Amino acid sequence: MGSITLQRVNKAFGDLTVIPAIDLEIADGEFAVFVGPSGCGKSTLLRLIAGLEDVTSGAILIDGKDTTALPPARRGLSMVFQSYALYPHMSVRANIAFPLKMARLPAAEIEAKVQAAARTLNLTDYLDRKPRQLSGGQRQRVAIGRAIVRQPEAFLFDEPLSNLDAALRVQMRLEISELHQALGTTMIYVTHDQVEAMTMADKIVVLNRGNIEQVGSPLDLYRRPDNLFVAGFIGSPKMNFITGPVAAGLDCHTLGVRPEHIAVSTGGGLWTGTVGVAEHLGSDTYLHIHTENLGTLTVRAGGEIMLGHGDTVGLTPDMANLHKFDDKGRAIR
Amino acid sequence: MATQNSRTAARLMVAPSVILLFIWMIVPLGLTIYFSFLRYNLLMPGTEQWAGLLNYQFFLTDPAFLTALVNTVMIVVGVLAITIVGGVLLALLLDQPVIGQGIVRLLVIAPFFVMPTVTALVWKNMFMNPVNGLLAWLQTSMGFTPHDWLAVTPLAAIIVIVAWQWLPFATLILLTALQSLDEEQKEAAEMDGAGPVSRFFYLVLPHLSRAITVVILIETIFLLSVFAEILVTTNGGPGNDSTNIAYLVYAQALLQFDVGGASAGGVVAVILANIVALFLLRAIGKTLEA
Repeated sequence: MGSITLQRVNKAFGDLTVIPAIDLEIADGEFAVFVGPSGCGKSTLLRLIAGLEDVTSGAILIDGKDTTALPPARRGLSMVFQSYALYPHMSVRANIAFPLKMARLPAAEIEAKVQAAARTLNLTDYLDRKPRQLSGGQRQRVAIGRAIVRQPEAFLFDEPLSNLDAALRVQMRLEISELHQALGTTMIYVTHDQVEAMTMADKIVVLNRGNIEQVGSPLDLYRRPDNLFVAGFIGSPKMNFITGPVAAGLDCHTLGVRPEHIAVSTGGGLWTGTVGVAEHLGSDTYLHIHTENLGTLTVRAGGEIMLGHGDTVGLTPDMANLHKFDDKGRAIR
Repeated sequence: MATQNSRTAARLMVAPSVILLFIWMIVPLGLTIYFSFLRYNLLMPGTEQWAGLLNYQFFLTDPAFLTALVNTVMIVVGVLAITIVGGVLLALLLDQPVIGQGIVRLLVIAPFFVMPTVTALVWKNMFMNPVNGLLAWLQTSMGFTPHDWLAVTPLAAIIVIVAWQWLPFATLILLTALQSLDEEQKEAAEMDGAGPVSRFFYLVLPHLSRAITVVILIETIFLLSVFAEILVTTNGGPGNDSTNIAYLVYAQALLQFDVGGASAGGVVAVILANIVALFLLRAIGKTLEA
């Protein structure tokens, strides 16, 4: 089946180490998301697994077998690229059939598999079109079709949704999640968007400058971030970080409070501040509140709250949901 | 730029250059057509007479005309075949990262900057000469009899010389096209299990088709009128073995001093070139749209 294990995988371009020795275990059937800011090495890590880049040292095991030295085609993985990388001169049918044709399958079998993949992805009506005659979402589906038709051990997605508009992205996110449920195949998904990571993943791998900062389920990372980086990266809007005497009073260097863990009141409260920008989303309102000694805090309030610029408010943090970090940025538990 | 005023102004501004270009084209063409109906020999100036279609009749029934037509086609097709196949292979080679890539590319492009007469002379005297030529030396050093290129296979010799000249052009265009091939597509094909040969035929060659049509179009225009290389090396001979239409018209006008006949030949050449252009543009229009 499709478990993937990285053992001390290391990648350097010349003198520049992009990925220091990494250990990672992805179980069969798991939906793993690599997330991190641009240039954190997440795409490189994916390309190492795919075999498009050579590892400098370490081993990559797919399904328990060492595949470090195998060429990409023989690792049993398929990949969906950021630009979709469809073959522009081939029809949708030929695009999806290409990996099967390269595997020299009989024509009838190829046609049956292409039809099956097209049905799964609602592409049956578009099989004779060329990629340029398709919309972004359809191209995306063709790219996925080309990946699933081979029935690989695992799928690799390299920021597949970043070229789509916001509404389509939400829809494709759902479709990929459903596809994962239907196929039960291991998937590794690279994104810089923590919302995609939170909504799709079984397991999130947070990367920063090549290092794995934390591995865990979405809610695990959300509730119990190991360090400042994960705390700041996971969650939208971002966690508020408070330093100085208030943090010192609670025996930590940095105090982290999520926007939803601060209660707003018109008077009283532990802290006071003035409302800066209020973002009304309907269901929620995000208030950016300027305080005298804590800096600007982001607070999530209900959609019904009617506060505007310049109003003075009282703030009360939820003491049970505070995150404390030491001076090295590690969580204190 | 859409109001009535601006459109009128634009037409007025463009008019001088359009008129100049039109005159530039129509006066020589008109004079050639006019001369082609005259009995006009440079050895007997002032005796021009109306000849009707007689010049055309003579030119088209001349056995040299058919030979020249076949030779012209052979040169175009032969050079195109060599430059496109060679150009694709060279472009693939130059696309590989090597040390001194810049210098290698410069060297490959160099033949294009050598003028045709010089190219032809270099080939004639330094390569194809059966006594002093490099090719003859190669053959004798291996125990063969030297091949006299220009005497025995004059047309092949011309094709080789012209192909050498145009290979850099094809290579250059195809190399730029090759470099514009999306890296992710190549990687996708690699992941899909396509080996280097499959990748070439399924991905690279279709990607190059547009560039190849451009090369065919541009080269055909120039190859139909190959002249200097023939004049400098074989003078169209032996016999008419390496005479093409352009050289035949030259021979008619300036070796036989028959301006009328040459003009008729010129008009025939223009018509033939236009027929070729029509077919080419139609075929290429399809590829470029796709």
